[in-house]
Amino acid sequence: MKFDTPAGQNPIDRAKVVGCAHDRIDGPFKTTGQAPYAYEHHRHVGNPAYGYVVGSAIAKGRIRSIKLDAAKVAPGVLAIVAATDTGKLGKGDFNTVKLFGGPEIDHYHQAIAVVVAETFEQARAAAALVRVDYDRGQGRFDLDEALKTAPLTGGDSNQGGAPKADRTGSFEEAFARAPVTLDALYSTPDHSHAMMEPHASIAAWNGDQLTLWTSSQMINWGRSDLAKTLGIPKEKIRFLSPFIGGGFGGKLFLRTDAVLAALGAKAAGRPVKLALPRPFVANNTTHRPATRQRIRIGAERDGTITAIAHESGSGDQPNGEPETAVNQTKLLYAGANRLTAMRLAVLDLPEGNAMRAPGEAPGLMALEIAMDEMAEKLGMDPVDFRVRNDTQVDPEKPARRFSERQLIRCLREGADRFGWSQRKARPGQVRDGRWLIGMGMAAAFRNHINFPSGARVRLSGDGRVMVETDMTDIGTGSYTIIAQTAAEMMGVPIEAVTVKLGSSDFPVAAGSGGQFGAANSTAGVYAACVKLREEVAGRLGFNSTDAVFEAGKVRSGNRSAPLAQAAAGGDLVAEDKIEFGDLGKTHQLSTFGSHFVEVGVDAYTGVTRVRRMLAVCAAGRIINPKSARSQVIGAMTMGVGSALMEELAVDKRFGFFVNHDLAGYEVPVHADIPHQDVVFLDEADDKANPMKAKGVGELGLCGVGAAVANAIYNATGVRVRDYPITLEKHLARLPTLA
Amino acid sequence: MKAFTYERAKDPVGAARAVASQSGAKFLAGGTNLLDLMKLQIETPVHLVDVQDIGLDKIEPTADGGLRIGALVTNTDLASDRRVRRDYGVLSRAIVAGASGQLRNKATTAGNLLQRTRCPYFYDTNMPCNKRKPGSGCSAIGGFSRQLAVIGSSDHCIATNPSDMAVGLRVLDATVETVKPDGSTRAIPIAEFHPLPGDTPHIETVLTPGELITGVTLPKPIGGFHHYEKVRDRASYAFALVSVAAVIHKDGSGRVALGGVAHKPWRVEAAEAAMPRGAKDVAGRLLAGARPMPDNAFKIPLAERTLAAAIDQGKAA
Repeated sequence: MKFDTPAGQNPIDRAKVVGCAHDRIDGPFKTTGQAPYAYEHHRHVGNPAYGYVVGSAIAKGRIRSIKLDAAKVAPGVLAIVAATDTGKLGKGDFNTVKLFGGPEIDHYHQAIAVVVAETFEQARAAAALVRVDYDRGQGRFDLDEALKTAPLTGGDSNQGGAPKADRTGSFEEAFARAPVTLDALYSTPDHSHAMMEPHASIAAWNGDQLTLWTSSQMINWGRSDLAKTLGIPKEKIRFLSPFIGGGFGGKLFLRTDAVLAALGAKAAGRPVKLALPRPFVANNTTHRPATRQRIRIGAERDGTITAIAHESGSGDQPNGEPETAVNQTKLLYAGANRLTAMRLAVLDLPEGNAMRAPGEAPGLMALEIAMDEMAEKLGMDPVDFRVRNDTQVDPEKPARRFSERQLIRCLREGADRFGWSQRKARPGQVRDGRWLIGMGMAAAFRNHINFPSGARVRLSGDGRVMVETDMTDIGTGSYTIIAQTAAEMMGVPIEAVTVKLGSSDFPVAAGSGGQFGAANSTAGVYAACVKLREEVAGRLGFNSTDAVFEAGKVRSGNRSAPLAQAAAGGDLVAEDKIEFGDLGKTHQLSTFGSHFVEVGVDAYTGVTRVRRMLAVCAAGRIINPKSARSQVIGAMTMGVGSALMEELAVDKRFGFFVNHDLAGYEVPVHADIPHQDVVFLDEADDKANPMKAKGVGELGLCGVGAAVANAIYNATGVRVRDYPITLEKHLARLPTLA
Repeated sequence: MKAFTYERAKDPVGAARAVASQSGAKFLAGGTNLLDLMKLQIETPVHLVDVQDIGLDKIEPTADGGLRIGALVTNTDLASDRRVRRDYGVLSRAIVAGASGQLRNKATTAGNLLQRTRCPYFYDTNMPCNKRKPGSGCSAIGGFSRQLAVIGSSDHCIATNPSDMAVGLRVLDATVETVKPDGSTRAIPIAEFHPLPGDTPHIETVLTPGELITGVTLPKPIGGFHHYEKVRDRASYAFALVSVAAVIHKDGSGRVALGGVAHKPWRVEAAEAAMPRGAKDVAGRLLAGARPMPDNAFKIPLAERTLAAAIDQGKAA
């Protein structure tokens, strides 16, 4: 189904199942331990051996020799595959750096060998006996140093693209003329996905056929890149990822666990399971790159922005990509004269890549502080300042309208619900015992991305509907919203729908990433259901255009027949995919929101604790308000982490992320998150897809960090522009103790 | 993890003998720190002597009005003991500020005293570390040192002791009781239990080979306002940037020990004479001679301000 004209009325608009809050249909499997994660497919793999990764102990250089003698004779060892005997491995299209290093080493903890043994403990013990001699090379580990000579770069093609420097009007002239201006530098650190389940895979060969159970957000990408890496046809690989313990972008791409499990299993002649040890999540896999951002804003005294510039620098491995932190600044606020540009430095730290809301997450952490600073300079309320500069068209291409843009409503409704009018504009005015209290807010913005997505639906003689698609559920609720979509389309209760996900046996779907999963994958299911409805109608002798599917029956005029009857002679199967025309080009598809935060800053210690948070989101139809709310509160929690504690600490001498476990890389715990509210505005975006839905999971993160930062400023009067806002960054400048 | 052998001791002296008789043997109690370190091959004992069956799990009054805490009393049981909460509140508060409920259920009093540093370079076996591999150098110096020591450190080590409980014990003048393989016992003041790193940072206690902690005694209650405050980026489940254990009396006199600043709980009794004059005076003496790194110099004003919070709360109490 090609979606090339705005959606009219369709069965989804009945909203009997879609749009209603549903518990996760996979919930009972997860809470009773019956949902097998990547490392747990015991039912399919009876006698696995265990693989353990050996990572490079240096960040840059060359392996001089690898001595395996001691490891080979260690108890239980079945096979060792080392860099010295894997000369001809390919590199996946989505990988910047090869997943199996050697003899050249590209980064710390790059995999250089896998040890396979009878037990996990034996494999781990033997891995420690592998002796590697290196020639240590000179690495580039200092982002600020590297950015001094880094060139301008184009955008990330995955995220909508950006030429080397985008200009509209004449920024410099307008900025020089503006009566009120801001020119400030902001920095965000490297972030780790730090998902609960580390990367893990089980590989089993049957002749030249490989079955891989893994933890992947994108089945087809992973399968293609594994085939390319191993140098075998894609068709020889079954790639399975039915349940995933979190990804946040860290599992978008093939990782070394899959490659090592496959190589180890081949060498051992046994199925092999392998999980990355926790420290490898930081240094072996990808991370969100640190940014250095400069923002300049010029405005008239009435608050009208006349000039806005956002420049961002980040670093990555050779041939890597920038963190596109200027994305939102191209679209969020009006202003006739504009400049956005990015610089990309080459670093020898581990590969930087997508992490939840890549681009917008760190970009808004900077831009939305800048807006707060500008509002203060103008003597305006931060909400009013943003409202003043709303735009209903793409500011760079004014002929393009936003398909839906309810930013002003998000801001106003958020302010009302949060009690924003109680905020004191002058900072440092509110005390509660030893706590300095402040309120802050930020706009939320994240683009919606169209992505083709396929599905197969099957109606059986008992009236049940089964959906099969390679869409993944990374904890987001995909199983449930797909069941809701099929139930709505076929007129059956959600209990009559079975959903099967995460297998390369099924049609290729959007996958999970970039908040594009829910809207696109359900649109793909919609397309397949439209086809199935036609077949059902034909089978039952109805005209498909006016047949109504409801309560397990198909009805037209006075005639009605049980849905199941259509499959009495055998299952009916339909497969289709959603594809997109130009609506996403002629219109700007984006999601909007507002975040409001109240914090307390301890006047003695400078420690910040969040007291309450509110998000108001406008993101098209919300398919399942319950799981969407969970997505948004999870994202808000991640935003608190980025504001207050998350930072991969770089050792610029050895070239690695030092705090590479969950004791050193802190993310919020329950005690950090006392109270969160989420509000979804009614919206149905007919230019997005037939579901009239857009992404929402990442919107919940976008702007949170800045809202916290602005609340801290409101509490203390000390502006910190360097994340995370840990106590030492403002301690010396806090108001004197009473 | 390296392969190891395992036995369960039946009594304290038997346990001490078992460890003393084999080089590379270690005691195993709650295992909350040792087992993690074994998985990372930071600890590689060849033999474990499990002490869970040797008793030592009671909290009993002593003749002079104090309390004797068995070595194997869990952190949870110790923190929730009625007498401890009433008379030694600073200890109870320190313990519940540490780790998580699950860990405190397993962790023991003796084990808590023996837990090893959380310096990230100690935790990465690819990095030089004089604690892990004497003579290899300290990679924390000049590296990421935000969590690490500002005082009492050396050119060989800037690690901190991560314990909260030990800071509470230090301010209470607790005594560590031990038994040696020959059956002799001794009492070690908590102040002397953890040495400074000097040029032997791998030596973290004054215990001799096979010497087993049997308990910790607390002197009779000293009254006063008991306060433990732990400063950290997140609200729970994190090691202290700085912690303050304080006992403050009505007349403004009192005691204070710091956590998160040194290789051991940091207390300077001479500084406490300044308590009535306020945090600035006390902190100045307490941290005189500090040698912070650029990353952790903030701990010095932070310690003073956290102490000020304790003193102000003491006044208000």
